[in-house]
Amino acid sequence: MIKAILVFNNHGKPRLSKFYQYFPEDMQQQIIKETFQLVSKRDDNVCNFLEGGSLIGGSDYKLIYRHYATLYFVFCVDSSESELGILDLIQVFVETLDKCFENVCELDLIFHVDKVHYILNELVMGGMVLETNMTEILTRIEDQNKMEKQEAGIAAAPARAVSAVKNMNIPQQIKDIKLPDIPQAIKDLKF
Amino acid sequence: MALKKVKGNIERMFDKNLTDLVRGIRNNKENEAKYISERMEDIKQELRQDNLSVKSNAIAKLTYLQMLGYDISWAGFNIIEVMSSSKFTLKRIGYLSASQSFHCDSELLMLTTNMIRKELNSQNQYEAGLALTSLSCYISTDLARDLSNDILTLLSSTKPYIRKKAVLMMYKVFLKYPDALRPAFPRLKEKLEDPDPGVQSAAVNVVCELARKNPKNYLSLAPVFFKLMTTSTNNWMLIKIIKLFGALTPLEPRLGKKLIEPLTNLIHSTSAMSLLYECINTVIAVLISISSGMPNHAASIQLCVQKLRILIEDSDQNLKYLGLLAMSKILKTHPKSVQAHKDLILQCLEDKDESIRLRALDLLYGMVSKKNLMEIVKKLMVHMDKAEGTVYRDELLSKIILICSQNNYQFITNFEWYITVLVELAQMEFGSKQGHIIGAQLMDVCIRVQAIRCFTVAEMAQILDIYTSTSQFTIMQEVLYAAAWLCGEFVGELKYPEQTIKAMIKYKMLPQHIESVFIQNILKIFTFIIRKYEMNDQNDDALRICDLVCDKLNESIKSGELEVQERASTSLMIIKIVKEEFAAKNSTDNNKILEDDSNNEMNLKSENIPLIADELESLFNGELNPVAPKAQRKVPVPDGLDLDAWINEPIYDTDSDSEPEMMENLFVKSEKTKTIYYHEPTEEDIKKSREARKCEQQNNPHYLKSNISFEQPNGNGASDTYENIPVAELNLNVPLKVLSQKRSDKYLNLNAKSSKKKRSKKKKYKSDSSSDEELHPGPVIEIKRDMELPEGATLSDGDSDPSQKDDPHKALDIDLNLPAYDYSAKPETIENALRPKRDKKHKKKSSEKEKPYKGSKLKHLNENTTSNKIVKEKSSKKKSDRHKENKVIKETKEGNLLGFDDEHVEKVKEVKKEKKEKKTKDIKEKGEKKKKKSSSGYEEAIGISTPSKEFQ
Repeated sequence: MIKAILVFNNHGKPRLSKFYQYFPEDMQQQIIKETFQLVSKRDDNVCNFLEGGSLIGGSDYKLIYRHYATLYFVFCVDSSESELGILDLIQVFVETLDKCFENVCELDLIFHVDKVHYILNELVMGGMVLETNMTEILTRIEDQNKMEKQEAGIAAAPARAVSAVKNMNIPQQIKDIKLPDIPQAIKDLKF
Repeated sequence: MALKKVKGNIERMFDKNLTDLVRGIRNNKENEAKYISERMEDIKQELRQDNLSVKSNAIAKLTYLQMLGYDISWAGFNIIEVMSSSKFTLKRIGYLSASQSFHCDSELLMLTTNMIRKELNSQNQYEAGLALTSLSCYISTDLARDLSNDILTLLSSTKPYIRKKAVLMMYKVFLKYPDALRPAFPRLKEKLEDPDPGVQSAAVNVVCELARKNPKNYLSLAPVFFKLMTTSTNNWMLIKIIKLFGALTPLEPRLGKKLIEPLTNLIHSTSAMSLLYECINTVIAVLISISSGMPNHAASIQLCVQKLRILIEDSDQNLKYLGLLAMSKILKTHPKSVQAHKDLILQCLEDKDESIRLRALDLLYGMVSKKNLMEIVKKLMVHMDKAEGTVYRDELLSKIILICSQNNYQFITNFEWYITVLVELAQMEFGSKQGHIIGAQLMDVCIRVQAIRCFTVAEMAQILDIYTSTSQFTIMQEVLYAAAWLCGEFVGELKYPEQTIKAMIKYKMLPQHIESVFIQNILKIFTFIIRKYEMNDQNDDALRICDLVCDKLNESIKSGELEVQERASTSLMIIKIVKEEFAAKNSTDNNKILEDDSNNEMNLKSENIPLIADELESLFNGELNPVAPKAQRKVPVPDGLDLDAWINEPIYDTDSDSEPEMMENLFVKSEKTKTIYYHEPTEEDIKKSREARKCEQQNNPHYLKSNISFEQPNGNGASDTYENIPVAELNLNVPLKVLSQKRSDKYLNLNAKSSKKKRSKKKKYKSDSSSDEELHPGPVIEIKRDMELPEGATLSDGDSDPSQKDDPHKALDIDLNLPAYDYSAKPETIENALRPKRDKKHKKKSSEKEKPYKGSKLKHLNENTTSNKIVKEKSSKKKSDRHKENKVIKETKEGNLLGFDDEHVEKVKEVKKEKKEKKTKDIKEKGEKKKKKSSSGYEEAIGISTPSKEFQ
């Protein structure tokens, strides 16, 4: 069983937290903090398994993690999971993210944490591995995205318009607007 | 209506969505908390609107804030509203938020039952899938019970996506509602052979998880798994199956023998490291389980160890780690084959990676011998200095002690060295628990090894001395406990008792338990000193020491702790009496000196007046022997004592109201349940029982009496002769007064030197039979290895270990092989099986099951020595017949939880024996068929790697 999946960056900021066993929110934060402290002090060339998380698990549990650029992906699993298997699973997860976001980077995870959750839900369900075949996973995600798009249709148009407006840099654009020169004729108007 | 909608849409334009929130938080790094609390207000506003999409927007933001640690449970009702939306997009947001914030104790979950049921039966597979995924995160017992039928139906859905999720969901249902396991099991079994590989894999996954508890239920599935193993191309599934076999083989050795060959083939041929590793692991499990039955599997063990060596030597740290992990499993049963790779393991101790060092440490246990112990420990001490972080240091410490103390100090040749190491360790910084370990170890060594007492006591006295005088010298307080006790108990070995007692008196602000030990042992040392003074007739000195100790005790008497107070006042009174005696004697002596010659007086006294010290010493007479850890529990129950019998008959409730009350109590914990009926004993009764107890204690050979010297109740003459062997006393020079950090090193040098001289000395000592361990730098030191046990009891007597109380899977400890009803005969009645009618039948059956558990359960309670509990247990059992059924169920559950079904299993085994034989025949036949195919089959399995690239 997988007990928790955590993604945080090099500074310990959580980017995704999924607990398959209930912990109150403050406990979750402590776990993330502790896990970060355990993981971050390790060099990149040491092994990816770690014991000794005191808050989460116990003797039967291991932290299995991978470090990609600015992000740590940490899985907390018990002894019924294969260590190397979970490492592979992390790889599958990251590759799937990469496919879905096209060259995934930390910013994608920051702004689309909900999508990351949806992707993760196709890999792991309730702490158990659901699917490891990447093409299968991608088809399922695509299908659901399509459903969302269909639903959006016309109804979402105003929302999209709003977000487009929001994304515009209005003050700047106002400044940039060039008013046509006032016709000379008007200036020359004589009363 | 339309207008409202338009209005809503317009308002929405100005709402902030999730992206805005994230951006805002990033832009307000300085006052993040303030910004978020402002946005929280916005969200609350939004949630008050009627428009669902506005709400969903708010919920999406809340989900994000939840990740940052904000409690969003207050919005639970709104989340459910969003979940109930008809739009997939919004629904998705709601379900995600639910899976992040709900938990199985939420009361709101009641509201979701029908909604989720509707969702599960939805035509759209993704809607059902969404509900399943979300439900898996917060399913409660009620939800599991109410929805288990719906989920079972989904198992036969036409869509593999749904089937896959439903299969995994079933495991969560079992966890919360174990009764569902029995009827659902045949369906689960079918799914193992589902046409879709994903569903298959999910089913294997679930069975693997189930098999962690009560694996024997799943033995019958072995043929199916064997088939899957030889045909599957999915490495993920193969790994799971192989892991499962690892759990099954201990139960069925014949299965193990079948497995060895295909597994070794896999080991030879696979390129996937993860698969290779799991294969090795299972082969090890197989070899462990059949090692007794089969003459040798040396070849397989050799293969495993070789492959593991390759893993350990690999540059990939992960493989190194796993290799060491697997090695430690082999170590338990085949230590010899691991010892061959000692060099490699010692090398791993130097690794820069802490995880790997920890694993190597585990292996070290089997690597030590008399020859290399000192060197290895020295290495570890060096690590200790370098180590950062207490976790690793603590681990190092406990490993050092474990290595040294294993098998009653089998490998220690020089105890002086060991004591020095312990003292050095005591001066380092550890977690709070570690001081206790060192202290216990010091005491243990000193009690068991007579020859080292003198040395140890000198060291301890020094510790006590130095610790008070210099504050920069830190030591763990728990060690002071041991030091004080040792100095007191073996006061005869103390060189300067006056100095030590003065040092001990100086201590202030000690923890309670240590202070009480100090007081007790000050008294012991005091006794010793008094004897000395009395012999030499130094009455003035005696009076002075009395005053000194009295001053200290007067301080301690003011302590807030009862234990300290009590001991202090007792000791104080004793010393006051002594003091009076001396004072009286002093005056008479003075008179006598005037009259008489002192020599005559000495004679007079020694003949006529009993020494005060003699009487004092009788307080502390007797020698300590190690007692076996389980001795207390092994004391047999005397004839005529019936632990199950009532001491006082329970008082039955005559009140007619009591029954409905009980009913309430089942659900609401009220204080009324706590009423226990006491029979208030009268003064006379107490006296009588005290007399009876004293009498019984006199006659009871197992009761420790104060004056009688302890005999080994085992009556083994061997130990007696042991003690008669003349033990060479060590002539030691007490080492330097200053506790330097590395004193233990000198023993290493000594060791090296003496090994040169060894040949000449060797004749003096009995040489050990094992050729490896002939080296004896010191004399043969006698160690008390045997421990006291009541007659007839042996250490190896099995007794149950009441551990694993927190195991979340304990509820699944159900024996599916029990003939509750023949589910396999009527697979079509599964749906019915979940209905209450069936349940009742099940309950009745389980009430029959209850009997075998009873005895063992009570025994278990006895061990916890709470007779109160027994009484409670009993009374609750007998209280009312009407509720008997209810309770019986409770108890059977408990019985299951405690895992006391061994007896029962035996019975079932007999019944099932025939069936099993049949099954294993099946396995054999199938296996033989497979064998022919196997070579090609495996290659197929190997050729296709894990879904991702085999990790780099």
